[in-house]
Amino acid sequence: MDFNLTKDQQMIRDVVRDFAEQEIVPRASEIDKTGQFPLEIVNKMAEMDLMGLPFPEEYGGAGADYTSYCLAVEEITRACGSTGLTYEAHISLGCMPIFLFGTEEQKKEYLTPLCRGECLGSFGLTEPEAGSDAGGTKTTAELDGDEWVINGGKCFITNASYAKYVTITALTDKTKGKKGISAIIVPTDAAGFTIRAGYEKMGLHGSNTTELFFDNVRVPKINLVGKVNEGFKQFLTVLDGGRIAIAAMAVGLAQASLDASLKYAQERVQFGSSISKFQAIQFKLADMATAIELARLMYLKAAWLKDNDQPYSKEAAMAKVFASEMATRAALEAIQIHGGYGYMREFPVERYLRDAKLLEIGEGTSEVQRLVIARHLGC
Amino acid sequence: MKIAVLVKQTFDTEAKIILDVNGKISSSGVSLIMNPYDEFAVEEGLRIKEKEGGEVTVISVGGQQAQDALRQALAMGADKAVLVDQGEAELDEYATATILAKAISDLEYDLILGGFRAIDDGSAQVAGRVAEILNIPVVNVVTGLEIEGGKAVATRETESGSEVLEVPLPAVITAQKGLNEPRYPSMKGIMKAKKKPMDKKTLADLGLDDGKISAKVKALSFSLPEPRKAGKVIPGEAAEAARELARLLREEAKVI
Repeated sequence: MDFNLTKDQQMIRDVVRDFAEQEIVPRASEIDKTGQFPLEIVNKMAEMDLMGLPFPEEYGGAGADYTSYCLAVEEITRACGSTGLTYEAHISLGCMPIFLFGTEEQKKEYLTPLCRGECLGSFGLTEPEAGSDAGGTKTTAELDGDEWVINGGKCFITNASYAKYVTITALTDKTKGKKGISAIIVPTDAAGFTIRAGYEKMGLHGSNTTELFFDNVRVPKINLVGKVNEGFKQFLTVLDGGRIAIAAMAVGLAQASLDASLKYAQERVQFGSSISKFQAIQFKLADMATAIELARLMYLKAAWLKDNDQPYSKEAAMAKVFASEMATRAALEAIQIHGGYGYMREFPVERYLRDAKLLEIGEGTSEVQRLVIARHLGC
Repeated sequence: MKIAVLVKQTFDTEAKIILDVNGKISSSGVSLIMNPYDEFAVEEGLRIKEKEGGEVTVISVGGQQAQDALRQALAMGADKAVLVDQGEAELDEYATATILAKAISDLEYDLILGGFRAIDDGSAQVAGRVAEILNIPVVNVVTGLEIEGGKAVATRETESGSEVLEVPLPAVITAQKGLNEPRYPSMKGIMKAKKKPMDKKTLADLGLDDGKISAKVKALSFSLPEPRKAGKVIPGEAAEAARELARLLREEAKVI
């Protein structure tokens, strides 16, 4: 047993924390208020090789492990949820399917510019009728000679407006339901491919959330990722890894809630003393700190399992459900500690609540996480 | 251009200083960083290397934990590191400078950079002493530096403006805030840092012993500053309050 991070992991966490405090924190409130995509921040992250952090150097990555990536996700999200989600979706959803299942040529052509941060990664999975139930997938891809012809649409797709290509899932065999789904790389400038970023969201305003429409979009046959009809299996693997990173995001947001609450409680004077001297406030802060530490340990354990090539699906689901629900609670408590000020946009804690709620939904709802855990228990 | 940069590992700027049972400063549980002024020096060394070509060697005196500060410099882009572990020896500025000068004299160097002071003891002596021992010029507290034709042209702020000084190389230059904006180590830099050479030496390796570096200054005791007292708010109309403020500054605080 060794609970210490490695020297590399520590330095990556410390450098990203420093970067996030200097470069992201001052922008976070404005990003939330204007909904402006944090492109300059992403460009600075690319300069630091963060955009390919957990991928091998031969594809332009930094060659760090998954744990380091999750630590970076925590620190970035602690500063700004929108930037955190942009980064998480880029690596976990955009880069990962190509890295895990792509051919050598696809990795060179698509993964390398993603790792260098020349464009953002995006993964088109969810559809209006296919959320938790992938069997509802309606988008189709039919072979016509050497080309796939794609028709249909996707919703809630992160980063697509800033992507050069999106990996999407589509039915390649309608008779097989979810076992007839394949993943295909589609360039965003392909004829008939429309991307619309028109959602009004509760939070994560700076994150780019889009709808995709495919009207007879033709892409070369070789854009298939991995084997035909294996898309479902592939994205379950992709989502397993992504869940650890979502848990890390949740810990980052919860930590931000605690940081803000502790600072406020020490400054706010009522009844002649700072409210941090009152047990009612102390207990809230102590509970928040405890839950954050537990959630952090769980995502680090899941990441460690993944880094050590051990099964981690159950632990990833546990980390995600616990951390994301904890982050929402922490943000609610943070608002309560701030009292009336917490309800105002002048303080960041109401933003933390709006940002945190998505983490109970995206990349598998809390309910789906519990189903995954129950399945591992043998139910 | 062969550049040596002197680096010290210090307490984090936000570290809480406490004294242990023996009345010494306790380092237990304190996070350690590279002295921020030394970061300016490392950055300047890297910029000169990127412009002129060459090699940056970072050098520190300290225990094994000081490797972390050196590794940070390597992650920023320095080429190699030298760490001299002083063992049990107690160091003062004289001793530290003697060790550093000895370590540097084993290297080739055209330029030696360092922070103008460390944020912990703040003595601002070590780099100057190293220059004296090596018998080369030193320019302190520099906010601008150009290297041209075997010379260093350094700008330093003075009380009434700034002055520009020229010295032949090799020379020691110490960095002040404003010299540059240190880069963040890149992720690839961090991953590569552990593969770069870190030469660990003992005093014996340098031909030094306790006698040769025996400290000339000894700290007899440490004490923490008085806790800062709460401020005073003077109520009332502005003109009246100002009069009262002036009276208090004169009679109570005795500063005017």
